[in-house]
Amino acid sequence: MAIEKRVRFQSRWLPYALIAPQMAIVLVFFFWPAGQALWQSVLSQDAFGTSTEFVGLENFERLFSDATYLASFYTTAVFSVLVAVIGLVLALLLAVMADRVMQGSSLYRTLLIWPYAVAPAIAGVLWLFMFAPSIGIVSHALNALGFDWNHLLDGRDAMALIVMAAVWKQISYNFLFFLAGLQSIPKSLIEAAAIDGARPWRRFWTIVFPLLSPTTFFLLVINVVYVFIDTFAIVDAATQGGPGKDTAILVYKIYYDGFKAMDLGGSAAQSVVLMVILVALTAIQFRYVERKVQY
Amino acid sequence: MVERRPGLNVLAHLILILGVAIVAFPLWMTFVASTQTAEQIVQNRPMSLLPGDNLVETYRVALFGGQSNYGSAIAPVLPMLKVSLISALVIAVGKIAISLLSAFAFVYFRFPGRSLCFWMVFVTLMLPVEVRIGPTYEVVSNLGMLNTYAGLTVPLIASATATFLFRQFFLTVPDELVEASRIDGAGPIRFFRDVLVPLSATSIAALFVIQFIYGWNQYLWPLLVTTDESRYPIVMGIKRMISGGDAATEWNVVMATAMLAMIPPALVVLGMQKWFVKGLVDAEK
Repeated sequence: MAIEKRVRFQSRWLPYALIAPQMAIVLVFFFWPAGQALWQSVLSQDAFGTSTEFVGLENFERLFSDATYLASFYTTAVFSVLVAVIGLVLALLLAVMADRVMQGSSLYRTLLIWPYAVAPAIAGVLWLFMFAPSIGIVSHALNALGFDWNHLLDGRDAMALIVMAAVWKQISYNFLFFLAGLQSIPKSLIEAAAIDGARPWRRFWTIVFPLLSPTTFFLLVINVVYVFIDTFAIVDAATQGGPGKDTAILVYKIYYDGFKAMDLGGSAAQSVVLMVILVALTAIQFRYVERKVQY
Repeated sequence: MVERRPGLNVLAHLILILGVAIVAFPLWMTFVASTQTAEQIVQNRPMSLLPGDNLVETYRVALFGGQSNYGSAIAPVLPMLKVSLISALVIAVGKIAISLLSAFAFVYFRFPGRSLCFWMVFVTLMLPVEVRIGPTYEVVSNLGMLNTYAGLTVPLIASATATFLFRQFFLTVPDELVEASRIDGAGPIRFFRDVLVPLSATSIAALFVIQFIYGWNQYLWPLLVTTDESRYPIVMGIKRMISGGDAATEWNVVMATAMLAMIPPALVVLGMQKWFVKGLVDAEK
């Protein structure tokens, strides 16, 4: 906390009373469970839950020698790269166009932001409906065009389905941030380049895109976190991790192993790994934001 | 506009219209499906792209429940809407209330342990409920909060985002206001209630939109803590309707439910668009 108020109130008890509700919830529902996850990740329970023993890092060793876990890592990586890249490119394209047109720019914004309000689970159901092999309208069109679409059998089709649903759900968010970023670029820079004879395409790559890089980087991190966390509902609604385990991303596996397969130690170890990844991502983001402030 | 390039402008409009159409297509199909009968959807290959005449009947069955063609009961959505609305409101109002209080403490007081508390709130940013579902479920279960509104909402109420946003805003409030209210004899609570909260109205409105949607759209957490049908929120209830496979699913009712699940948060976003856009961009930067 670098910035401080010059003027303050004096009270011995009041500040504690004010932060008490927040701290109570944080302690009971964040730190206690996170500690439990750490603790459980070094324990092993037998099948009946009658005895528990300390096994050190065995759960982690088991995890990283488990082919399905490594496959889940790979699935999550593919999924996040696809969602982040496709989502950012499409949103940037739309934002640049919306920034360019004078008339109707706010109408387009209104028409593009509403998917933000749609729950990921609902997004999964909507896309599942359009692509369902026997009744879906898009799967029918694809079959008519000669593509044999069946996300229930083909892992790549299933991945394509959740990528489309996830990109669609996230596009409004990306669009809003890109549009805000574009509108904060001084018009004089663009005009100066235009007077020097730079055409729109060149102006975009040499001026607009570099100035937009903080926004792009921020959105990249946010999108990866979004894929790691929020897309659970999309996966659960659209594919249930299937076919086989082809779309079982990390969060889905934590849920499945902990609540369906009842492997608490393994699930807790997976939670710990995911927390470490998230802490690293957040740290990268904040380091970058700090640097950005000096500009 | 920097220069006149009518060709580019036409292209821009074309791309935007195409984008809007693609984004809206799933919504249109959802609406169309909710106006047809289940048989029309399953039997027509491909299904019609135009609305049918079954709108009133589908929504009646969706809202109040009924019998499917296969004899199984369709659960009414109306109680689920109630659960969703209550949870979303409690989460949004709760987050805003406790974040206002703690941001006030962090900015306007100095007290031992302040930095520690601040960092403890900060760290929660990195620990969303999804990554620690097992242990959090155990805590809630030990506290006897399964199948209650408290269990659905309280664990989600802590908010680092809202606390930071209010802290940022309070730091921009001129110190003269504190001095002025002191001279007028107002204590900290009076200052908070009569000066700070009214000044924060815009931030509160923006956060309300963001947090209402966050609460309404919760899926994994309700899936864990509710086993009683009377406590299912709509976003989670819809998933249970499609678990029977393509043929046994009453898609028209499912799609009507999807519409009903999208309308309230969409109204909140579109109705409060101005504050929401500003708040979203401010909150996360």
